[in-house]
Amino acid sequence: MIRMSLVLLFLLTALPVLAVDYEIDTKGAHAFIEFRIKHLGYSWLLGRFNRFEGDFSYDAKHPERNRVKVVIDVASLDSNHAVRDKHLRSARFFDVKQYPEAQFVSTGWQDLGNGKAKLTGELTLRGITKPVTIDVSDVGHGPDPWGGYRRGFEGTTTLKLSDWKMKEAKILGPAAEEIIVYLSIEGIRK
Amino acid sequence: MTLILHWLLALGIALMLGLGLWMVRLDYYHPLYQALPALHRDLGLLLAPLLLFRLLWRGFNARPELAGARWEKGLARFVQAMLLVVPILMVVSGYLVSTADGRPVSVLGLFEVPAPRLEIERLEDKAGAVHAWLGYLLLGLIGLHVAGALKHHFRDRDTTLTAMLGMKGDIR
Repeated sequence: MIRMSLVLLFLLTALPVLAVDYEIDTKGAHAFIEFRIKHLGYSWLLGRFNRFEGDFSYDAKHPERNRVKVVIDVASLDSNHAVRDKHLRSARFFDVKQYPEAQFVSTGWQDLGNGKAKLTGELTLRGITKPVTIDVSDVGHGPDPWGGYRRGFEGTTTLKLSDWKMKEAKILGPAAEEIIVYLSIEGIRK
Repeated sequence: MTLILHWLLALGIALMLGLGLWMVRLDYYHPLYQALPALHRDLGLLLAPLLLFRLLWRGFNARPELAGARWEKGLARFVQAMLLVVPILMVVSGYLVSTADGRPVSVLGLFEVPAPRLEIERLEDKAGAVHAWLGYLLLGLIGLHVAGALKHHFRDRDTTLTAMLGMKGDIR
């Protein structure tokens, strides 16, 4: 009986490591979605989305199986200036009344070694779905002091405002055609 | 005094409505994109004490008697009261939009009116929507008010309008 248990235990530990599911720690605010866009071409304007949630699945042995899904409350955008946020939420830009949510669902993960990867997925914004590629780097992982296990990544991608048909985006001028999105994501193992 | 107050406020309110409707249509690169909203905030906050004074003035002075049918009197009283209440609410909602992120609003660069500590989420959107709807309501009220004045002059052939213009006749 004991032998059988030991065999079972051996078998269990020898099983290939399966994908591990993580919930993105937005409750503790250890995850950030920031954007930056040029103001007149002279400086960077920074903002972020304060509310979103999501999860990811990480498989160290088969990274191509990694999955990510994030849902963003677009109205939670915050550029530290209330009247600007009001403009950005309006139909001229994000049109949050019509499209309150944005969503990213991954379609692929290409491991580049050295903790780098290319994450591809579909971003739905203003009701328009387009493929995007996010350059991802591993930041760290391990047990946390409170009994959990965490894993974090950072990622960057560049989006073109015209791809999401922000009607009035052109009024921001040629310097503001692209927006750089920076993601810092920490997941807690489920 | 009542006449001066009336026309001062009429001018101020007309300017504010015109400015407001114009400035929200400006392109980001328009030279007046920054100047018009600044002027709108300055004028709005300068109108505030004038409106409050007009409210007190109304409280402490006898109002003229009205002519016409009961419904006409009722409508006139309602529109006249709303013509004071709505601009006051517009100053309040406009001030809340301008200060929604906790920054004070400057008046002519001379002094600053501090922001209230309300901590209401997306206050700029809520107060902004109220401000816009009050603006359209005010346009309608002014329309009714002007129609009433013209009716006095052309249909009733009384001196209400001329008296308000300071020409002849008493405000009855």
